[in-house]
Amino acid sequence: MVDIPFDTVAGAPPAEVAEVELYHPKSWWTRYVFSQDAKVIAVQYSITAMSIGMVALVLSWLMRLQLGFPGTFSFIDPSQYLQLITMHGMIMVIYLLTALFLGGFGNYLIPLMVGARDMVFPYVNMLSYWVYLLAVVVLASTFFVPGGPTGAGWTLYPPQAILSGSPGQDWGIVLMLASLILFIIGFTMGGLNYVVTVLQARTRGMTLMRMPLTVWGIFTATVMALLAFPALFVASVMLLLDRLLGTSFFMPTLVEMGQLTKYGGGSPILFQHLFWFFGHPEVYIVALPAFGIISDLISVHARKNIFGYRMMVWAIVAIGALSFVVWAHHMYVSGMNPYFGFFFATTTLIIAIPTAIKVYNWVLTLWRGDIHLTIPMLFALAFIITFVNGGLTGLFLGNVVVDVPLSDTMFVVAHFHMVMGIAPIMAVFGGIYHWYPKVTGRMLNEALGRFHFWVSFLGAYAIFFPMHYLGLLGMPRRYHDIGETAFIPASAHDLNAFMSVAALIVGFAQLVFLFNLIWSLFKGNEAGGNPWGAASLEWQTPETPPGHGNWGKELPIVYRWAYDYSVPGATRDFVPQNEPPTRLLAQGAHP
Amino acid sequence: MSAIILFMAGIAAIAGWWLSQQRLASKPWLEEGVLVDFRGDNASSLPPAKIGLGVFLAVVGSLFALFISAYSMRMGMVDWRALPVPKLLWFNTGVLITSSIALQWAYMAARRNDMDGVIIGLLAGAASAVIFLVGQLLAWQQLKVAGYFVASNPANSFFYLITAVHGLHLMGGLVALGRTTAKVWRGAKMIQVRLSVELCAIYWHFLLLVWLVLLGLLTGWTDNFVDICRQLLT
Repeated sequence: MVDIPFDTVAGAPPAEVAEVELYHPKSWWTRYVFSQDAKVIAVQYSITAMSIGMVALVLSWLMRLQLGFPGTFSFIDPSQYLQLITMHGMIMVIYLLTALFLGGFGNYLIPLMVGARDMVFPYVNMLSYWVYLLAVVVLASTFFVPGGPTGAGWTLYPPQAILSGSPGQDWGIVLMLASLILFIIGFTMGGLNYVVTVLQARTRGMTLMRMPLTVWGIFTATVMALLAFPALFVASVMLLLDRLLGTSFFMPTLVEMGQLTKYGGGSPILFQHLFWFFGHPEVYIVALPAFGIISDLISVHARKNIFGYRMMVWAIVAIGALSFVVWAHHMYVSGMNPYFGFFFATTTLIIAIPTAIKVYNWVLTLWRGDIHLTIPMLFALAFIITFVNGGLTGLFLGNVVVDVPLSDTMFVVAHFHMVMGIAPIMAVFGGIYHWYPKVTGRMLNEALGRFHFWVSFLGAYAIFFPMHYLGLLGMPRRYHDIGETAFIPASAHDLNAFMSVAALIVGFAQLVFLFNLIWSLFKGNEAGGNPWGAASLEWQTPETPPGHGNWGKELPIVYRWAYDYSVPGATRDFVPQNEPPTRLLAQGAHP
Repeated sequence: MSAIILFMAGIAAIAGWWLSQQRLASKPWLEEGVLVDFRGDNASSLPPAKIGLGVFLAVVGSLFALFISAYSMRMGMVDWRALPVPKLLWFNTGVLITSSIALQWAYMAARRNDMDGVIIGLLAGAASAVIFLVGQLLAWQQLKVAGYFVASNPANSFFYLITAVHGLHLMGGLVALGRTTAKVWRGAKMIQVRLSVELCAIYWHFLLLVWLVLLGLLTGWTDNFVDICRQLLT
């Protein structure tokens, strides 16, 4: 250890912290339902997100049944198929992943990891959840309105999104847009909390460069989301006005069912710009928290400090900034100036550099580590593999000339499912298996967990790896039934059936996971305060699960970074962040 | 999309400046011990609510920058027919400036510990903000009477949309202002309201700035600028 010049405080500064004005729940309702405690809000967010995620899972089953066995299931007609893909995509990207990473993991981990008692604006935080719940309810209600949910595709491109050719034109699209607007309002409330808590509520000693990478990932993703979601907000409001008031922001002059519509002169490309100005950062809004969580899981379960911490932080910030200047790579086939394509292809490929740095650092952290193949570690390894896989096909699609023939094929579906479907979900699972003991005080069942991991990981590959091949054959996405198509061989149909069976099995494995979550809550092994021997602050709480106010009487003092594992000469193989150095202990500091 | 790109560049510059002060080049793995946090002591000099407002203003700013981007892209299409801006808007602008000045007055009074001044400033600010909103509604009425309906031309649609969004943000501000005024009414001490008054004043100045930019856009003053930006992008 090197003595550094600014380390001038000889002993610990006074650790007594005045009892902050914390919100104290007075009844069962305010403790468990209308709670302002970030930990309760986090659980509420997670349960809501996983519930609506289960709906999206069932939708994907129906889609796979139709694709694998076309003609067998008469209850899935072409418009219902479009509704299935739309709702599946929208729910998974926004209402599950965004809400779970930021609202779930963010709410739980940020205050605990930076040593705060709670979020800085608890009331607004509570409001954030209830507005999110309202958005989910509005979204789910579209299944029951006349005409059903919208079938516009998750990108909701006008003009077709609001024309009568798309299912759900009456109610579905209106409620979908209303739900998105609500979601964005709710998220903004939560997002302000996450950002300001990281900026202002860190405990003493917790400098930015001592924060665990999970906090860095969630923090940066929140900043991005706060700036990117307004684009979706603007697009949704304007599309809603086109639909309800007959304005022509996006709607060109067109003939519908032989009738000239009231619209004229609008620009569908304008919508695409707005949508993807949100849509591309959204990929990283989901990926950055996953990056952070994976960094922490790998370091803890390989008992080794994270390799290149500074580079990891810089890469997160660089990815966050770059992701705002690549949006038009989703629009290569929309018709634009070729120089545009050149610019956006270049920026897209540049993002590969910080991303690759992160992958190298994960692998180098594993190198000669004391790797424990615990369930969180298994999921972390699966994340690296699926993310690299999806990232490499991203390099294909980022190039204009390669993208043009592959656009709107199953190759694109395979790519984004690998990179922002499977990979972040692996991080979610890894994170849940890792932090569940802190949330509940009990371990998740090991055998069920391993079963869940292997079926999910191998099953996901069985679904999405062959899909690349179908895409290369030219099989289009969003088609209800491919029919007798000359360039699609019979073997492709067999492959589709195989993928569908795999999808059903993977789906059932998630039911096992849900069962495990509930069963372990009552019957799981007692975890103790720090079952993984982790150094970061959330594992050092006086109580497990952490009590109200998180830290008891005194806030912790942080003396080191979050990755002191296997330090030579230390008594244990990890040194908690709040453990004073020996020379300070001698002067009377206490942990 | 040049407006939003410019706005994001501004945000990036601020974020970059802030990050540059955070010792991102330090080597945390070598630095053991109590770091004297360079934020001074633990309680940072800025209250969380003020930082929160700053972040919120960045979000609102990006919302309006996106509207402006959409406006400038859409106005390049052939069917755009600019609408005559009602004279009333100039009066409204004056009222909004008054409102901002009144809140600044309230803030300065709060710093002087002059509770009467605070009350006068808050009430004057709220009253003129309400007059502004009524004036905006009257301007809508005038346009409607003159036959400029929301769906008859994209210029009209944008006019109604952008003024409505701005008005809604002002109404949200009025809720906060109302809560502050109620606190003063119930006899709160100056120390309890000073921050609220300051935040209201900041929000009002921000909305005034946004309104001046929007006014320039809606009256066509900034057309040349928009043209330049569009050429940059194409």
